[in-house]
Amino acid sequence: MALDDTKKTRDFKVVGTRPDRPDGIDKVTGRARFGADMVLPGMLTGRILRSPHAHARIKRIDTSKAEALSGVKAVVTRADFGEVPADVADVMDNCMAGDKALYDGHAVAAVAASSPAVARKALKLIEVEYEVLPHVTDVDEAIKPDAPVLHEGRQQETVPGGMSANVIARSEFGHGDIEVGLKQADRVVERSYRTAATHQGYIEPHACLATMGPDGKADLWVCTQGHYMVRNTCAAILGMEQGQLRVTASEIGGGFGGKTVVFLEPVALMLARKSGRPVKMVMSRSEVLRATGPTSSTSIDVKIGMTKEGRITAGFAELRYQGGAYPGSPVDMGAMSGFAPYDLENVKTVGWDVVTNRPKAAAYRAPGAPMAAFAIESAIDEAARGFGLDPLEVRLMNGADEGTKASYGPTYPAIGLKATLEAAKSHPHWSAPLGENQGRGVACGFWFNFGGDTCVSLNITPDGTVTVSEGNPDIGGSRASMTMMAAEELGIPYDQVRTIIADTGSLGQNEVTDGSRVTFAVGLATIKAARAAKTEMCRRAAMVWGIDEEAVEWEDGAARPAGPNAGKFPPMTLKEIAAIASNTGGPIAGHHEVNAEGAGVSFATHMVDVELDPDTGSTKILRYTVFQDAGKAVHPSYVEGQFQGGAVQGIGWALNEEYIYGKDGILQNAGFLDYRIPVASDLPMIDTVILEIPNPGHPYGVRGVGETSIVPPLAAIANAVSAAAGVRMTQLPMSPPRVLAALQAQADG
Amino acid sequence: MRYEAPLSVEDAVAALAGQSGAHVLAGGTDLLVKLRSEMIEPEVIVDIKRIDGMKDIRAEEGGWRIGAAVSGAEMSEHEALVADWPGVVEAAGLIGSTQVQGRATLAGNLCNASPAADSVPAMVAAGAVARIVGPNGTRDLAVIDVPQGPGKTALEPGEFIASILLPARGQRSGDAYLRFIPRTEMDIAVVGCGISLSLDEEDRVTAARVSLGAVGPKVMLVEKAAEAIKRRVLDEAALDDLAAACSKAATPIDDKRGTVDFRRHVAGVLARRAAVIAVNRAKGDTA
Repeated sequence: MALDDTKKTRDFKVVGTRPDRPDGIDKVTGRARFGADMVLPGMLTGRILRSPHAHARIKRIDTSKAEALSGVKAVVTRADFGEVPADVADVMDNCMAGDKALYDGHAVAAVAASSPAVARKALKLIEVEYEVLPHVTDVDEAIKPDAPVLHEGRQQETVPGGMSANVIARSEFGHGDIEVGLKQADRVVERSYRTAATHQGYIEPHACLATMGPDGKADLWVCTQGHYMVRNTCAAILGMEQGQLRVTASEIGGGFGGKTVVFLEPVALMLARKSGRPVKMVMSRSEVLRATGPTSSTSIDVKIGMTKEGRITAGFAELRYQGGAYPGSPVDMGAMSGFAPYDLENVKTVGWDVVTNRPKAAAYRAPGAPMAAFAIESAIDEAARGFGLDPLEVRLMNGADEGTKASYGPTYPAIGLKATLEAAKSHPHWSAPLGENQGRGVACGFWFNFGGDTCVSLNITPDGTVTVSEGNPDIGGSRASMTMMAAEELGIPYDQVRTIIADTGSLGQNEVTDGSRVTFAVGLATIKAARAAKTEMCRRAAMVWGIDEEAVEWEDGAARPAGPNAGKFPPMTLKEIAAIASNTGGPIAGHHEVNAEGAGVSFATHMVDVELDPDTGSTKILRYTVFQDAGKAVHPSYVEGQFQGGAVQGIGWALNEEYIYGKDGILQNAGFLDYRIPVASDLPMIDTVILEIPNPGHPYGVRGVGETSIVPPLAAIANAVSAAAGVRMTQLPMSPPRVLAALQAQADG
Repeated sequence: MRYEAPLSVEDAVAALAGQSGAHVLAGGTDLLVKLRSEMIEPEVIVDIKRIDGMKDIRAEEGGWRIGAAVSGAEMSEHEALVADWPGVVEAAGLIGSTQVQGRATLAGNLCNASPAADSVPAMVAAGAVARIVGPNGTRDLAVIDVPQGPGKTALEPGEFIASILLPARGQRSGDAYLRFIPRTEMDIAVVGCGISLSLDEEDRVTAARVSLGAVGPKVMLVEKAAEAIKRRVLDEAALDDLAAACSKAATPIDDKRGTVDFRRHVAGVLARRAAVIAVNRAKGDTA
């Protein structure tokens, strides 16, 4: 396997070690600057007025009293934005409502004022006349023909006639013939499942600081997963040229996909344009929960046919995802990923994208996949247990491998699914005894991973240290990984390299930090940029030595004469070459720009033990082990951190987290008290096993690891709870009242 | 908004007098949350922490008088208090996080008047009495009578709680408080149950007080639950009767934190479990 396009095998010196992260000291001392930490002279406070209704026509907005209030410098409504390009029309409408408010918390106006107190008072002075409309927040209710309709004329041709206009699109994936497969089965499991909407739960609320001069040039400081996306989107909405808006990404206190879109930023820029002053906007926690981008709630039907030996003869799933107030739920990715771990002759998934009166769903770590995996992995588990078969053996028997035609179309190159299953089977966790009221569950998960547009610039300083500039906010330790790959490639120590996240004026286009793409794609570009710098340094050495540059090679941090010249001159180190750079042609740098392809898909198997309190329905996570293919773990501690983080978010999703809407369509739990993310004492240490099946598409074999880890836990925990309870749990979250009710129903009947 | 930190009860009463928008600050763990979430916009905040006695835990008539600004953490470190009223101290110790524990107080938890307040069922079971000061002087009011409904108390304008008295603990007596939360900490009770009881030499219950939280508009004293176990050894049958009485007395609602059926059932479950702990404590087993 071509791991490296220059060498067959490679002994890594830096990659695979565990150095301290470069942003660590700043974060523990408070020196790191997050979204809300930036201040400018004359800065105003921006605040947003939000709809108290789930669905309402905005008949009139009167801002005159707010504008008259002393200290108010600008008031903005949708009218200030005018027409925007079609490709950002929904984004615009989500940032500032047009004719209708479409969910509880939807922005309808904004103010910029001299203090938070004045801004608060000004919001109360804005008069909005609403015509309250019927609303719908539940996905199964929203598809009914008589459901309240959010948008007319958005339904795509893929949707058959007679369905509610809330059903936006239908998608279908698979191959073979389900009916034929079901006939070959000894048992068919047919179940319906439901999952609740969850939020990414990042600690840092959205925040930004916008300035705009009278010449229209603007700067934006923002907490985001992608400042190039922020630039492009805001420029389109505000009618600016992209080059006139420079965006700098702050440190980021979590994102998990939720910061891959804009909410405050265009509004802050419009307030800055209108007031002529810098405007800072910071969301409260309640605003984050009500009006950013949680994931879909779902309703999924699954049909699995299995022979008594455990062979899956047919797999079918119909998935309904509500994606909030605008089209674009992640149902397609659910429909593509759910059966991806298996080699099936007959497989089909149908996805329905549905709109409801909820905030527009944003990406959340492997968007769409965990819910599909919950339903499908639960059904496979139920079928296997029905025959008394080992659930790991059944997955191994049906598992995808190199050459398998995936349920979503492509044929796999080398993949790691079976390696994770074999590792799970031989792990002591699998054979450990269980006590009373305890159960063990396993599940597999898949994620595509992604590459995308990427730029890296690597510069050699005169004293021979190295700076790497990249354009992707670091949400998972990627600065450490880039530093390590640059150091590895250049053959210099880790502490000789510093990696920064450059602003949008400093590099070309960079895709958002998403799709588990950064360590793969930015890593690839970093390696290529380092190679470009090495080539140049070899050329400089050749010039000094008076030999052909082809006769120089780079090894262990130095240029060395090679071939017939080998040993003729002492090696020139990076520092020595850097010191004379000015006299050999000028500064030395390497850069690389690419739309990175070849992101290797990633698989995981999770294993979890739970204990139920039969009197209260409470679930305790006793033990949890993650087995996942990382391709090559650049910094194993951060790979383990990603495995653990995904498992923990999955535990929250499985057991307690949910968006709870009242009959009035108002979110009931817009705070971290009643939106229950697990706390440290809820969790055991999450054990991890890193498998390394190299990705042929990356010089070091790297695969993205950030998202796959949240795909299996919902199903693994449901399988464990179902085993402990003796009753199949089909609805998330498996909160204590729900589990207790299931136990009592079983006891009664 | 003004901030005042008087040094005497008289000055505090004067600062509060005639101010409809005045709020008392002790630990501030509820007040600051309300401020930040813009639920309140006070004209004046009166910090009572500097008033003499507010940070004291004092022995009084065999019991303990706990100043209104004593934090949960301070109570947890007071060995004699813990020995007498472990249930009350544990209940206070469940509020919030470690950081909140350094500030949160019994009096504040009581004045917040949440039906789910953790320390209140424990204080009610203990028969605690609040000492209230105000423009018309000083008065004592049983803790059970302080909350009048969610967010409402029996305090008159200008009054505040200066201290809480936990009465003398009898021989062969023990108390306990348990709550149910979906997480393991940093949460609010879906159901809470406090029990305080005394045993005779044959381990029969001679006196008992049983209270429930989060299953009605305010914390309730369940006299029928106490009656169900009086004069009995707490065997399985007695525990079943206790649990049944608590489930029956509960008048919960369906909300985001739990269902009616769940809360009724768990009220009984917690009563059983708390009673076993209280009995073991009464027998001298402090484990």
